[in-house]
Amino acid sequence: MMFLRKRLPIILAFITGMLLWLQFYIPSRMASNVLTSFTQSWAIILASSALFLGILSAVHHHWTKIKLHKKGYAYSYITLVSFAITFIAGMAWWIFPGFIAKNMANGSFFTWIFDNIFTPLAATMFSLLAFFIASAAFRAFRARSFEATALLIAGCIVMLGRVPIGELIPMPAFIGDDLSDVAGWIMNAPNSAAQRAIMIGVILSQVAISIRIIFGIERTYMGGSD
Amino acid sequence: MSLSMDIGVWIAAGLTLLIFSFIYKDNPAFKFAEALFLGVSLGYTSVNTYWSNIVPQVVIPLTPGSSFNPWVLLPLFLGLCIVLRVVPQLSWMSRMAFAVYIAGYAGLAIPTEISGRLLPQVGSTMQPLTAGNWFTPLVILVGVFCTMMYFFFSLEHKGAVGKISRLGVVFVMVSFGASFGYTVMARVSLLIGRIQFLFFEWLGLPN
Repeated sequence: MMFLRKRLPIILAFITGMLLWLQFYIPSRMASNVLTSFTQSWAIILASSALFLGILSAVHHHWTKIKLHKKGYAYSYITLVSFAITFIAGMAWWIFPGFIAKNMANGSFFTWIFDNIFTPLAATMFSLLAFFIASAAFRAFRARSFEATALLIAGCIVMLGRVPIGELIPMPAFIGDDLSDVAGWIMNAPNSAAQRAIMIGVILSQVAISIRIIFGIERTYMGGSD
Repeated sequence: MSLSMDIGVWIAAGLTLLIFSFIYKDNPAFKFAEALFLGVSLGYTSVNTYWSNIVPQVVIPLTPGSSFNPWVLLPLFLGLCIVLRVVPQLSWMSRMAFAVYIAGYAGLAIPTEISGRLLPQVGSTMQPLTAGNWFTPLVILVGVFCTMMYFFFSLEHKGAVGKISRLGVVFVMVSFGASFGYTVMARVSLLIGRIQFLFFEWLGLPN
């Protein structure tokens, strides 16, 4: 049992990791089949299963909340009912006749939910951040040091340069035509330099952690110690 | 001004206003919209995953016919192992699936990240400095070097290293400021979109 619980996952990780790593250096049909079957079949099925587990967990959480009458349990009813209606609209063609392969098509009840409930809720939820990001900017953009001043100036230039008024603010000829040129330069030069350095660090760390996972040094994905 | 006669537009407008009520303070109307958003998102994601992933990758390959492929049973078994995480006695089986998934992407990441992202990024950092175009490539070169030095902790940040890493901090702060400004503008444009929806599509104000 210990072999199945502890050793087998590490062996599987080593075999899968090495197969996917080495296929890159082997120019053969078999090697490319390994890559294709992993990325286009195995990974998709596993990711979908993990998503299914997440949905089960969310439903279980709200069901428990209702059962135990925890604070705000009435909202869990709304979540579960709206989930059930959307799910049935997308899946159950026997309830909505003619929905086979048309569930996702224009004009179906499922796309009506997507257009009139999901999209406005998602867009408004994200647009709400405009108010809170503005108050966060007020706190973050106080020029208390040289670095904070750099952040303030860069943020203001990019914000002004991205709206039509930015094109009306003239700049000296050696800098550019207007403020939008300066905003573009900040995005392309200092911003991309810092982002590139951070990205290089992330890639190097990713390679290091990948090697640790394949050789069984990093085992956090195995969860608890049971 | 002509109000919309579409029930869908009225529902969308009502939900938009419920979410915006949070600007005043957290209230039951917002919580209702939030709970609805969560439920619809869960439903939408599960339906989308079923039709886009499960049907082409599992249902069709396991249906007898020309596209029958029994090898799909292997990843399907591992997928079931992931779901078994909800059964405490069998939750250890999910480790096998996670091992395959995580190590697979780890193995894939080593060559692809190096050849596909790291080397091109290093290459475009070291552009030749020409008479007509020397300033921007130089700023990028200096910026990348100084920022990397700031994140290099094997040397104490004193003396020349300290000065270089201080310049790196300035680049990082400029980048954060630019990213922040960019994000603010993206959110504001979403807000404008919602206001336009309320004014023109719902209330039918003249555009």
